[in-house]
Amino acid sequence: MATLNDYLLASGLLFTVGFAGVLLRRNLIVIFMALELMLNAANLSLVGFSRFHTQAGLPDYNAQVLVFFIITVAAAEVAVGLAVIVALYRAKQTTHIEDLNSLKF
Amino acid sequence: MPVALFWTFVVIMLAFGVMVVVFRNPVASALSLVVCFLGLAALYISLDAFFLGVIQILVYAGAVMVLFLFIIMLLDLKGEQRRSFNLIAVFGGVVVIVLFVKVLSDVCYGYQSGNAVFPAITHNAEHGDTWQVGMALFEQYKLPLQMIGTLIVVASVGAVLLSKRELK
Repeated sequence: MATLNDYLLASGLLFTVGFAGVLLRRNLIVIFMALELMLNAANLSLVGFSRFHTQAGLPDYNAQVLVFFIITVAAAEVAVGLAVIVALYRAKQTTHIEDLNSLKF
Repeated sequence: MPVALFWTFVVIMLAFGVMVVVFRNPVASALSLVVCFLGLAALYISLDAFFLGVIQILVYAGAVMVLFLFIIMLLDLKGEQRRSFNLIAVFGGVVVIVLFVKVLSDVCYGYQSGNAVFPAITHNAEHGDTWQVGMALFEQYKLPLQMIGTLIVVASVGAVLLSKRELK
């Protein structure tokens, strides 16, 4: 059987992949996808903790409700974020982050 | 779930997660992300979180990724492929990632109580996973549920406003 450490390691590696995407990629939409990867890695560790912290023979459902809320907020965040990207593209005709430097000091 | 199946899904999830980062074409990245989320949903189901696994497939692999693909195809993203990586950024990113993996493995191998295998679940047969999540949601988290609903309304109105209005 897989242990909690295995799930935490998988979650951490998924977070690392998402983090690498945010650091390495230069396309705003791909960076956004990598952010989703990091969000889901956190969710995986929460579900793992929920399963391994049994109360009265049941998983800890408070953690699963938290994951449910995180998924909902992430969906709302994707809707708003993609709308911002579309508005940005209309204004600047690009989603490449090195061309979006008007806020740079 | 047998250990071999667990590692299979972990490898699928991580491999397609890496493909999201390395593919130059954003459409290929988005489709890899769908497969990555399917592997993640399988891991949720291996943790007896059936409701969250189904929600993961419906919301992420379904709705969110359709939105991503729609926006990628709406915007013309041809210019992305001709550019090369910034070498300093690649080097810095790799250094940070190696350090992060080092800290991660240290923490995981130092966490002794994480070596426990699954505690047994003694479900009531007539009350499944969805029933339990629903009871927790509607008994203990009524106010957060209302706030989430309001948040979704505000987000959808905001998305419409942002994409309708001309930016001055």
